[in-house]
Amino acid sequence: MRNDYLDFEEPIAALEKKIQDLQSSKESDKNNLSEEISKLNNSIIKLTEQIYNNLDIWQCVQVARHPQRPHLLDFVEKICSNFDELHGDRHYGDDRALLGGLATIGDHRLVLIGHEKGRTTEDKINRNFGMSQPEGYRKAARLMKLAERFSLPVVTLVDTPGAYPGIDSEERGQSEAIANNLGLMSSLKTPILVNIIGEGGSGGALAIAVGDHVTMMEYATYSVASPEACASIVWRDVEKASEAAEAMQMNAESILKLNLIDEVIDEPLGGAHRNPDQAALLLKKSIIKNLENLKSQSISALLDTRYKRLMSYGNK
Amino acid sequence: MANWFDKILPSFIKKETAKKSSVPEGLWQACSACSTILYVPELEANLYVCTKCDHHIRIGARKRLDLFLDTGNQTEIAADKRAIDWLKFKDTKRYKDRLVEAEKKSEEQEALVVIQGSLLKLPLVAAAFEFRFMGGSMGSVVGQKFVEGVDHALKNQLPFVCFSTSGGARMQESLISLYQMAKTSAVLQKLKKEGLPYVSIMIDPIYGGVAASLAMLGDINMAEPNALVGFTGPRVIEQTLKVKLPEGFQRSEFLLEHGAIDIIVHRKDLKETVHRLLLNLLDKTLAQ
Repeated sequence: MRNDYLDFEEPIAALEKKIQDLQSSKESDKNNLSEEISKLNNSIIKLTEQIYNNLDIWQCVQVARHPQRPHLLDFVEKICSNFDELHGDRHYGDDRALLGGLATIGDHRLVLIGHEKGRTTEDKINRNFGMSQPEGYRKAARLMKLAERFSLPVVTLVDTPGAYPGIDSEERGQSEAIANNLGLMSSLKTPILVNIIGEGGSGGALAIAVGDHVTMMEYATYSVASPEACASIVWRDVEKASEAAEAMQMNAESILKLNLIDEVIDEPLGGAHRNPDQAALLLKKSIIKNLENLKSQSISALLDTRYKRLMSYGNK
Repeated sequence: MANWFDKILPSFIKKETAKKSSVPEGLWQACSACSTILYVPELEANLYVCTKCDHHIRIGARKRLDLFLDTGNQTEIAADKRAIDWLKFKDTKRYKDRLVEAEKKSEEQEALVVIQGSLLKLPLVAAAFEFRFMGGSMGSVVGQKFVEGVDHALKNQLPFVCFSTSGGARMQESLISLYQMAKTSAVLQKLKKEGLPYVSIMIDPIYGGVAASLAMLGDINMAEPNALVGFTGPRVIEQTLKVKLPEGFQRSEFLLEHGAIDIIVHRKDLKETVHRLLLNLLDKTLAQ
């Protein structure tokens, strides 16, 4: 049961409250209630469809950031038949915002890499709210090379507000860590499947998002900067975040139209947080389908196509 | 910045000093660091390094390449490209209008200039960011011009040098700008595979998407003294973390100390240093 409603979901919350009130009413009245409850449930479905079919981009940002949206570890639990997390960058530390390991999805053994924002307050702090430090990107690079050596495909699940803006990150070469991954992924000799599952924030997202096939979940977002950062850079006013979100066209539908991703993965009615199991199933199906396709191609053909696609971006 | 010199200056000159950038093109220019009024012919002879405080004053892309490359035998690469307003982006102004303004202000069509020429007779391809064009931000055209410059180096088996100075990826082209980070990093991989050297020269300032891609990927990373280079700008870090940043944070000397760059080079030594390093690398390559 959900307990967090976004402001544009208030009408849905009101109907759900009504159902709750009815259900908690006296035993003797309950006979006449089932019909009314099913009516209300139908109204909720219709209302949700109506709201979610007309989300503006700022509302989409809020869904992508929904506190109950499934994160990396939720998906791992639901779609991987096994997952062994592998820790550390072998140089300095083990980033807790960017995780990776050996996984099996369907019949596919693979290296899974992704951001984890954390769920509880303590967990969120421990994981830097999904904002990786250089060690995270370097760990990802290490695991990608491992994948290459053992001919395992790389699957990434991207969900980050951006790279961590800290003094220590700068001291340890945040820029270099990201830049290095971009070069590495452009020529890694194994298939790379990228899925933007929540927030695709800036270079922190791109550092694990260069690949052969890029999908976005329906209410995920992907942009050059967070709407707040863009607003403060361009408008010089962080309050203009919603305008910035619109201007950057950071939702999956717009990005697909611009030909910058390959596929949008449907989410359950009302967003992934409404029905995480179904969301996971849809993601899993897409991953399996895409892996089969990518694995059927020769590595040299994949690399050639990957490079040509990169070169085509913004070349008109 | 009141030093004794300021104090004896007549008030009308002081006013000019306060608005550094408004000093008209002509015989006098204020140093952007110490505000000393400098005699331009003398400044130019000193490669736009302040004769008083040694500050490396910001210079345009074309001027920089002029100072760096031998005169004559220069061919500009991908000169005629202009930005496309993919998103019909509008903030307080329309992107289209910003582009027109930027062109007027910088006298360049985009924020990157790429030229094939020679450095002390060594043929190479050199690129330079134009900071006056929308803060040297990288959109699709900057990415594309960079790629064509590297492709040209690949085709002609030449070394590649880039002077980077940039606020980062250009917001107004959003994801297309972000993708230029991957695109430029990918083409540099090709250069690496070919065994051709890439020298990245960092000029104050470099942030965000340009720092986290082509600027950090040099076979040799060098920086002018006191340049600010980082992923996140100091203002954002201070605001986010509510901390005071240490003295010299993200300056060239900080980068050297933390292992991010190979060498800090004074502008007057730049040509000889790059030339010497390239010759060393190339001789090795030829010997293999």
